[in-house]
Amino acid sequence: MSTSPDQYYIPEPSKWPIVAMLAIFSILMGSALAINGVGIGSFLIVVGFVLLGYMFFGWFGDVVEENMTGKYNSQVDDSFRQGMFWFISSEVFFFATFFGSLYYVRNISVDWLGGTGYLEATNEFITSQFVSQWPTAGPSNLGGDFALVDTWGVPAINTAILLSSGLTLTWAHWGLKKENRKQLVNGLMLTVALGIIFVIMQAVEYMHAYSTLNLTLESGIYGSTFYLLTGFHGFHVIVGALMLSAVLGRSMKGHFTEENHFAFEAAAWYWHFVDVVWLGLFILVYWM
Amino acid sequence: MSSTAVETMDSAHDAHDDHGPMKGWKRWVYSTNHKDIGTMYLIFALVMLFLGGLSAMVIRMELMFPGIQLLEPDLYNNIVTNHALIMIFGAVMPAAAGLANWMIPMMIGAPDMALPRMNNLSFWILPAAATMLILSFVVPFFPGGGTQINTGWTLYPPLSIKVGMSMDFLIFAIHLLGISSVLASINIIVTIFNMRAPGMKMSQMPMFVWTWLVTAFLLILVVPVLAGGVTMLLFDRHFGTSFFDAAGGGDPVLFQHLFWFFGHPEVYVLLLPSIGVLSMVIPTFSRKPLFGYMSLVGSMIFLGTLGMVVWAHHQYTIGMSYGAVNYFMIGTILISIPVGLMKFNFIATMWRGSLTFETPMLFAVSIVIMFVFGGLTGVMLAVIPADMQYHDSMFVVAHFHYVLVPGAVLALFAGVFYWLPKWTGKMYNERLGKLFFWTNIIGFNMTFFVQHFLGLAGMPRRIIDYSVQFTEFNVISSIGAFIFGLSHLILLYIVIDTIRSKKLEKATAQVWEGAKDNGLEWDLPSPPPYHSWVEAPKLDANAKYAGS
Amino acid sequence: MNGMWKRGGFVLLFTGLWLGAMDVMAEYGLNFPDPVTRIGKDIYDVHMLTMEIATWLLAVVMVFMVYILFTFRKSKGYKADQNFHKGWFGRWSWVMVPTMVLMVDLTIAGSAQSTLERFWNAPKQFCSDEGADPDRCFDMNVKIIAHQWWWEYEFPEYGVEYDGEFYPITVESRPTDKETSGEHYLRDVDNPIVLPVGRTIRYLNTSADVLHAWWVPELGFKRDSIPGYVMETWAKIDADKTGTYRGQCAELCGTWHSKMPIVIKAVTPAEFEAWIEKKKDALLASLIEANSLKEWTLEELYTKGESAYNTKCSACHRPDGSGLPPAFPPLRGSKIVVGSIEEHIKMVLNGKDTMPAWKMLSDLEIAAIVTYERNAWGNATGDVVQPSAVKAAR
Ligand code: HEA
Ligand code: HEA
Ligand code: HEC
Ligand code: CUA
Ligand SMILES: [Cu+2]
Repeated sequence: MSTSPDQYYIPEPSKWPIVAMLAIFSILMGSALAINGVGIGSFLIVVGFVLLGYMFFGWFGDVVEENMTGKYNSQVDDSFRQGMFWFISSEVFFFATFFGSLYYVRNISVDWLGGTGYLEATNEFITSQFVSQWPTAGPSNLGGDFALVDTWGVPAINTAILLSSGLTLTWAHWGLKKENRKQLVNGLMLTVALGIIFVIMQAVEYMHAYSTLNLTLESGIYGSTFYLLTGFHGFHVIVGALMLSAVLGRSMKGHFTEENHFAFEAAAWYWHFVDVVWLGLFILVYWM
Repeated sequence: MSSTAVETMDSAHDAHDDHGPMKGWKRWVYSTNHKDIGTMYLIFALVMLFLGGLSAMVIRMELMFPGIQLLEPDLYNNIVTNHALIMIFGAVMPAAAGLANWMIPMMIGAPDMALPRMNNLSFWILPAAATMLILSFVVPFFPGGGTQINTGWTLYPPLSIKVGMSMDFLIFAIHLLGISSVLASINIIVTIFNMRAPGMKMSQMPMFVWTWLVTAFLLILVVPVLAGGVTMLLFDRHFGTSFFDAAGGGDPVLFQHLFWFFGHPEVYVLLLPSIGVLSMVIPTFSRKPLFGYMSLVGSMIFLGTLGMVVWAHHQYTIGMSYGAVNYFMIGTILISIPVGLMKFNFIATMWRGSLTFETPMLFAVSIVIMFVFGGLTGVMLAVIPADMQYHDSMFVVAHFHYVLVPGAVLALFAGVFYWLPKWTGKMYNERLGKLFFWTNIIGFNMTFFVQHFLGLAGMPRRIIDYSVQFTEFNVISSIGAFIFGLSHLILLYIVIDTIRSKKLEKATAQVWEGAKDNGLEWDLPSPPPYHSWVEAPKLDANAKYAGS
Repeated sequence: MNGMWKRGGFVLLFTGLWLGAMDVMAEYGLNFPDPVTRIGKDIYDVHMLTMEIATWLLAVVMVFMVYILFTFRKSKGYKADQNFHKGWFGRWSWVMVPTMVLMVDLTIAGSAQSTLERFWNAPKQFCSDEGADPDRCFDMNVKIIAHQWWWEYEFPEYGVEYDGEFYPITVESRPTDKETSGEHYLRDVDNPIVLPVGRTIRYLNTSADVLHAWWVPELGFKRDSIPGYVMETWAKIDADKTGTYRGQCAELCGTWHSKMPIVIKAVTPAEFEAWIEKKKDALLASLIEANSLKEWTLEELYTKGESAYNTKCSACHRPDGSGLPPAFPPLRGSKIVVGSIEEHIKMVLNGKDTMPAWKMLSDLEIAAIVTYERNAWGNATGDVVQPSAVKAAR
């Protein structure tokens, strides 16, 4: 289609979506097999990730090229922005599921087991030894006794790290707005670095929890919710850091201008979203 | 993806002003065209309808007489599970998405969807998901494939934790379906917000567009919850967590909350696009504008919001406090307000109209009646004391087929008949259309009406074998189901005939006498050009495009 | 001609079917069975109320639709009124309709709520407790434990003391096969639960494996059995309603969900007391037998084992030991069953995956079952497993 500014850019037929589908398909298919110990599964997962990488380079490469050659008007830019916004909204609900589950067990079902609330008879007839408390590994104390991660140790430091990464990112954004490439690149580098440090600290914390605290995935409902929430958050930090790295690469090439920097903003929104989730985690999982 | 493919792509890039479709398979696999993608969605949905319908036929054959004739108990439940998932995720949702793809850009004066490449991805994930869904069905037949999925589509733990590896295929299939729906919904929302022809206000959009907007929001908000829920199931199955295990402090009922937080809005996801279709069809054949445009929009938003907060009416028989059940009961009953208003508006649209009864209108009229019936049994179910009896009985099965089949499937048929001449440029065979309608409606009512009584008399659902007192009605139901099933062959014939036949009458741009001003799609020729509105249509700031 | 047919079709199909069916219902008794409890009656009333309201609403919609279909036809030359939606009716209907619907809704909700209030929360006190509210108390507990695929009932207040340990009366209630159940195919059990009429019972639902639901329509409610949790409900069977009430499991619980009947024999309190005394004696006798140190012969164990196997194991492993592969392995010729005795006992004691652990059975019972399995269906090992071997394996 033509590229005049008042016409919407409709891309040519593209092979990337189908590559993306194949990539996702082989990752999930591979997982289904690998989880059940079928050998070919892990191979499929690897293939899937390679394809996924290939697809990202290709697809985003196309988008970047179209963008740089000025095929997009502001309406296309808007479409991208809105698309990203609604995507993040759906992610919010993904995390809401886990927070909601945490609420449910802490405030409803563990109480039943402990003898208050609608199913209080449970305590009278089955779990009479159990006292409602949090944290808990349940009436059978699955996984054995465990200790908690110290809120004011690694988690507090990680909070500080993520919060300051939000600041450095905003600083980079100011640089972008002022067309100050150096500030932009430095800000982004700092942000990515903080993200990486966060992930490493988190990994160390996990190892510590497994080896000395005996806090594992099997530690009843506390261990389950703890690792589910922090784990999925950590995964999102990794994705966000990858997005920011890509943006960093493009910033170094000088792709962004004051008006045209959707990719930067998308990654930034995502990062802030991950930030906010962490705050929720810090308060509800580690602190309270 | 070999390097030749890349080269062809590059040369395609050079031929920038080529407006026609690509040749051969690439047209479909690489497509960024909303009509081609819409067509693929619709074909996929039709295939799935037959697959899901075939499994329904097997269910009805087994249930025709007491005793175990055809299947093993686990296989029976496996088929029920697959029937439900294929119908809901494979047939109804893709069909509605197909209509959205075809019609929304045409209705709002846009050249295409806002994010065409992502549009392609949303579609092509579906065949992958279907593959995994079907794999989950067949894996147990292979040595070492584990046990069958005998949980029903609700996948309640702990039963679903005990199922073999096929459950993992199902879980990942659900993830794929979720990705597809969320991407498609994002695309639809962005298209509606950002691609309307200059000057088209939200309040001028055709109702079908509105219904899909609300649907897309619902999907974005609730599908991730299902994804989260089945992920937790996966963790419980393989990684030793105890979300749904009381021994570790979890609760099997937590999964039910997560499932139905998705599941109840999901039924409105199935319903709303069909409400949209009816809001287009009824005014056209009443030759009169839609009655109560704004109240329809309002009731839809109300419905979507209320629908998000009443999920636990599916779980009255598990433990919930008095306050909780009371809240869920009243919330659920209140849903009759927006839905009642919708149905009222449809009736008022026909009131003092000038009605003709082409096939789409026949369906529309019968849907209004049958859906009200299904909705009223829904309100009966919502009344908690009585649901202590109805729950998990055939009464529930009767309720949801009375809302799902008219409220989703038949309305989509109405939409297909309504727009088929627009898509193909040819009028379908009206006599056959009417024949299809009558066999369909008779078969449907015969199948599901009697199931109400089975339920009241105490026949539970999801059983392969029943006690002899339930025989008569099951025989009637099964015979009805076979009539109903066979009638779909007429549909298949009509669709293929309309696409392929050279003899059929050509359709005009407006197609239906009453379609004037009822949506911008009637301003485009039949069939429409490959790119819909390359030039944005000129709009009249005061006109209503399919509104009051 | 065509029009006639159409009209006839609509009227016949919808009004006819629905209203006609109300008649059929009355005739064949296809509504709820007559309730025998207060709660059941309340629920029945709510059900009839909503059904009547629903029928009326449907009738109103039908009347309007039929009128429209007859009157506003283009073929009759009717011209559309393009301004209909612009009148006062068009402007205010969005308020009027919801208000009317809301009023109906509140009628339904109000009636439902008052019923709900009465029965939803189970009482917490025995009627014999001091200061118990006579309207909100219960006379006895009945614990309902669901298993794949049978029911176990426990009467916690009744039981025997044996060597200082309290054994409550339990009733194991298993489906009977096609031949023995006759007209009650899939609705008959070997060991019905006997309940007294005229006494308020607190039912405690729980499950040993997956979700089930206990549903006897005459009692008027169903409750889910959730593994690890206990749910309370309460009901009193009316004093004049002795009789047999049948129901079945209503929550999908796996392979034999269709084969999980419930049979209640409602009897007078005096008969109930007599029944429970008999149960007590039997329990005591079996406890004494299980703890005797006698050496058992193959025949004794085989007969005991056969009946125990047929009630406890045959649901999965089938009466002829053929199982239902791949879910349930055959025991005929199974490596474990014809192999090491110790492994065999361990398997039965501890279970594995879906195979339940049978620790709660007495040594004698397990010894009998194991002996039976090792000698039945051509597994001619000739082994005789004594209770002492089971005790050692625990
Ligand atoms: C398209 C799908 C669809 C739709 C639209 C609905 C609509 C409704 N449903 Fe249904 N439902 C299902 C699909 C759907 N349902 C499915 C699939 C299941 C079973 C899932 C499973 O377990 O597998 C189910 C199960 C289900 C249950 C659980 C039953 C149980 O398992 O025990 C309940 C309980 O409240 C319920 C209620 C309702 C209500 C109140 C509505 C309302 O939205 C209906 C509103 C409509 C009307 C009321 C009619 C029109 C209004 C008027 C004419 C105005 C006047 C009316 C009054 C004053 C009352 N549904
Ligand atoms: C959109 C959703 C949808 C649709 C369209 C249908 C359509 C049908 N359904 Fe289903 N159904 C569900 C959703 C749906 N269902 C759900 C959610 C459940 C609950 C599952 C659970 O409990 O977990 C369910 C459960 C369910 C049951 C209960 C099973 C049980 O509880 O034991 C039954 C039984 O009668 C049934 C029957 C039918 C029939 C006869 C049709 C007919 O409409 C099918 C129409 C037929 C066709 C489209 C066939 C096409 C033609 C051919 C294949 C060729 C002709 C062949 C022959 C005549 C042999 N369905
Ligand atoms: C709920 C269904 C169920 C019931 C009831 C049941 N079993 Fe099993 N049984 C199983 C399953 C499933 C297995 C396979 C376990 C595995 O290997 O994972 C099994 C395995 C066995 C095995 C090992 C067979 C082999 O070849 O691996 C023995 C022996 C056995 N059961 C004995 C019994 C006895 C004795 C009873 C009754 C007292 C009984 N079972 C009741 C489901 C059941
Ligand atoms: Cu037990 Cu169904
Ligand atoms: Cu619902």
